[in-house]
Amino acid sequence: MAELTLVEAVNRALAHEMERDPDVLLLGEDIGVNGGVFRATNGLLARFGRERVVDTPLAEAAIAGAAIGMAAMGLKPVAEIQFSGFIYPVIDQMINHASRLRHRTRGRLTCPMVLRSPCGAGIHAPEHHSESPEAMFAHIPGLRVVAPSSPARAYGLLLAAIRDPDPVVFLEPTRLYRLFRQEVADDGEALPLDACFVSREGRDATVIAWGAMLHEAMAAAEFLEQEGVEIEVIDVATLKPLDCETILRSVEKTGRCVIVHEAPRTAGFGAEIAAEICERALYSLLAPVKRVTGYDVVVPLSRLEMQYMPSVERIADAVRKVMEA
Amino acid sequence: MSVSFQIDYLQLLSSSGELNETAGAIAQDASSLEAFYRAMTRARAFDGKAIALQRTGQLGTFASALGQEAIGVGVASAMLPRDVLAPSYRDHAAQLLRGMSMVESLLFWGGDERGSDFAIPRADFPICVPVGTQVAHAVGAAYAFQLRREDRVAVCFIGDGGSGNGVFYEALNMAGVWSAPLVVVINNNRWAISTPRERECAAETLAQKAIGAGVEGLQVDGNDVIAVYEVARRAIEKAREGGGPTLIEALSYRLGDHTTADDATRYRDPEIVRREWAREPIGRLRTYLVGKGLWTKDKEDALLKQCVEEVEQAVATYLATPASQSEAMFDHLFAELPFAMQSQLEDARRFAPRKGLRDAVGPASLSGAGDG
Repeated sequence: MAELTLVEAVNRALAHEMERDPDVLLLGEDIGVNGGVFRATNGLLARFGRERVVDTPLAEAAIAGAAIGMAAMGLKPVAEIQFSGFIYPVIDQMINHASRLRHRTRGRLTCPMVLRSPCGAGIHAPEHHSESPEAMFAHIPGLRVVAPSSPARAYGLLLAAIRDPDPVVFLEPTRLYRLFRQEVADDGEALPLDACFVSREGRDATVIAWGAMLHEAMAAAEFLEQEGVEIEVIDVATLKPLDCETILRSVEKTGRCVIVHEAPRTAGFGAEIAAEICERALYSLLAPVKRVTGYDVVVPLSRLEMQYMPSVERIADAVRKVMEA
Repeated sequence: MSVSFQIDYLQLLSSSGELNETAGAIAQDASSLEAFYRAMTRARAFDGKAIALQRTGQLGTFASALGQEAIGVGVASAMLPRDVLAPSYRDHAAQLLRGMSMVESLLFWGGDERGSDFAIPRADFPICVPVGTQVAHAVGAAYAFQLRREDRVAVCFIGDGGSGNGVFYEALNMAGVWSAPLVVVINNNRWAISTPRERECAAETLAQKAIGAGVEGLQVDGNDVIAVYEVARRAIEKAREGGGPTLIEALSYRLGDHTTADDATRYRDPEIVRREWAREPIGRLRTYLVGKGLWTKDKEDALLKQCVEEVEQAVATYLATPASQSEAMFDHLFAELPFAMQSQLEDARRFAPRKGLRDAVGPASLSGAGDG
């Protein structure tokens, strides 16, 4: 088994599916000769040719729109948006077409596409490269939204996303691209697209996170263990549709919950999770649900980005507060 | 380096019904000309009835194609069934010819998703309302044909207003780079709701937008079905033979309102519209056909009767089609409804209108503000 970084795992998953299914093709900016600005598609041009690894003009809306047209005709396009800050023109195509093509044609045409994009802050990137747009996509009926937190999950979830018969937005945390390596078997085994992972078991409080923030959550859990607090950490890698059952089971057990995300607080996906907990597990709670999120500010440039993102310290502080109640 | 470009313009049948002597084989093909005439008349009959239905509260907002029938008929006549159409919302002339039924169109405009589940042109895209976005879909479809070595062409309609939209330029540019088997047809009906053509774009022609994308662009008299067919046929053949995309600007005029929700007298002089009627496509072809002895009053009467019968039958079927059950909202959202949505589906079922309850409560309280 190979030790892979997350970006290498993405690469392996893409290659695996392209090998397995001739209908799978990639399109995006600089994904061919250059192998993608983060190298997610490195080597794939040489292996699969320029017809299936398509360098596009700089045109995000048309990349998504063309992917929709390809998907409607039976291909399985995986479109890459180069940086998260360039994804907003794509929302038009995703909300008006990708997410509803099956619905509005009563199943006559479908849209089995994947929209991949890096997301999140923490790599000292330039402006407009550090966005966390998951809640915007999660709000769109008919889309699946996935944000992997590790190489193995990126591999298995991307396989599942490509094989899924409906559109999937796949947000890859740039901070994790090369942060660590993990054993990943390139065995073609997909992970479920509708199940949270319990990344760490504990009885005192539930910390819910996804993407890069899972690592802050795990670090906070280890830190708090020294204080005698046992944290259960849930990875909501598949944000939409949301696997509430796993979350509710955990919260019913612990009675305490902290939700962590990098995106701004207001109308962030944490609010959705908190609302579900309130509707369905309020009487199990021993303390109010707390959120630790990015502030409701513009993601700062590199000098302040680490202060913007939820830190281990902020998460631990929130857990201590829910433990006091 | 100096580079010069030219935008050609084709008209074969003048407003007064005189055929240009350069018209090729198609001008001698009486059965095709008659088919064009029948298709345009059929589209207009449908159009008029749809407006009447809307005016009497039996149809939702409808976008009339009055005066622009030659574009849809000319282009769709040049397509093969296996080609794919990506229409805007004013293209029923083409869609009807492609096999979309009148019932399907009425269902769509009447607020029923089943109207986009075309029984015949199974691969054609549904009507596209977000202006311009469909051009990218057509490019993607064309790329799919190219990749699979399928002998198919994607054809896309857009309006003059839509050609100012960003994704139109993006998609056309992409099609040029990919040499995609694509034909984009701009229905230049001179109006983007209330904005006249000269306030939409400073360029002399909209066809020249193609030049910036390295794509062939040309103009055609969009009210001349023979010329429209001719340029569409050439463009589609070129695409089929690997010659890449073409942008066709078809010059027409919107004789009706933008949609039934619009009142064009607010922003344009009815006198101009009256004058434009002299250029409309059906009358000029009739003049030509009658002059050649290819069309008679009997044929005309029979055609109109046939159109009325077909339209009335479609209307009857449409009006007799009951709305879907509430839970149909959840159908086809995903291949399989996610577990997370089951409780919402159950709510929709539970609160679905029940005849007894609705009768008891009555419409007044159902429409009351703040009804919880």
